Amino acid sequence: MSDVAQALGGASFTGFARVEELAPQGMISFRGDLSDPVVQEALRAATGLEMPAQRGIVQAEERALGWMSPDEAILLMPHAALGGVLVELRAALAGQHHLAVDVSDARVTFRLSGPGAREVLAKLAPVDLSPAAFAEGELRRTRVAQVAAAFWLSGAEEIALICFRSVARYVFDLLAVSAAEGGEVRAF
Amino acid sequence: MLLIQCPYCDEALPELEFAYAGEAHIARPADPSALSDEEWRDFLFIRTNTRGPHFERWRHIHGCGQFFNAVRDTVSDRFLMTYKAGEPRPVLNALEAAE
Repeated sequence: MSDVAQALGGASFTGFARVEELAPQGMISFRGDLSDPVVQEALRAATGLEMPAQRGIVQAEERALGWMSPDEAILLMPHAALGGVLVELRAALAGQHHLAVDVSDARVTFRLSGPGAREVLAKLAPVDLSPAAFAEGELRRTRVAQVAAAFWLSGAEEIALICFRSVARYVFDLLAVSAAEGGEVRAF
Repeated sequence: MLLIQCPYCDEALPELEFAYAGEAHIARPADPSALSDEEWRDFLFIRTNTRGPHFERWRHIHGCGQFFNAVRDTVSDRFLMTYKAGEPRPVLNALEAAE
């Protein structure tokens, strides 16, 4: 297999929190009626994860399954596993109205880590990121300054954020400026 | 900032994530080619332009991406309610009484 090129070559920045571009991961965009038990079962079988509720994301090791809208889910997994998952999904839902597409190269993933991670994002997104309001298991689709993005807690003091690859540099620079030393607000 | 209740995400979310999408409950004619020019003009351009509660479409464009309907007071900018696309038009009197 050819090497997968990173949008920013694995850029990173350390201020009062750390911002880094993660190695490319496998990402499948799934569209179909998520309330349909057949669809739920197919997703469960293909990912090994339970379908999360509204606005939720379920994670286990290197895999994740997230609710994007009533008819859209996102599946994350290691690159090497993607082909198998796609084949399995398509076989399980053959003849049924659905769409499962490899969108790994369409998006980039960033990781914010450190005690200030929430604050870096709180300055950029219209979301209450206080620990009381934004908890693990929630997948928040919103905007970061001028562009669409989605993020969730991927660990204690660690946030994963995905956005379109075409705006990777813009989002990285935003996060880096927001994380710059001296920019702490200490709201949380 | 206004908070708008998205009926699909089932949560009140910031206005920044939404986009206005025109007046609601305007049905496309079943047979467009049978319409006169005046009827077609009315369908395309003539809107109620209400002062007060207004039925309108919104889209949660930076979230779940779904279109839904809302009743918003054009004087106070207050959202009286939001409901899923395809659901019947709510009765205004009951809504105003509940305010």
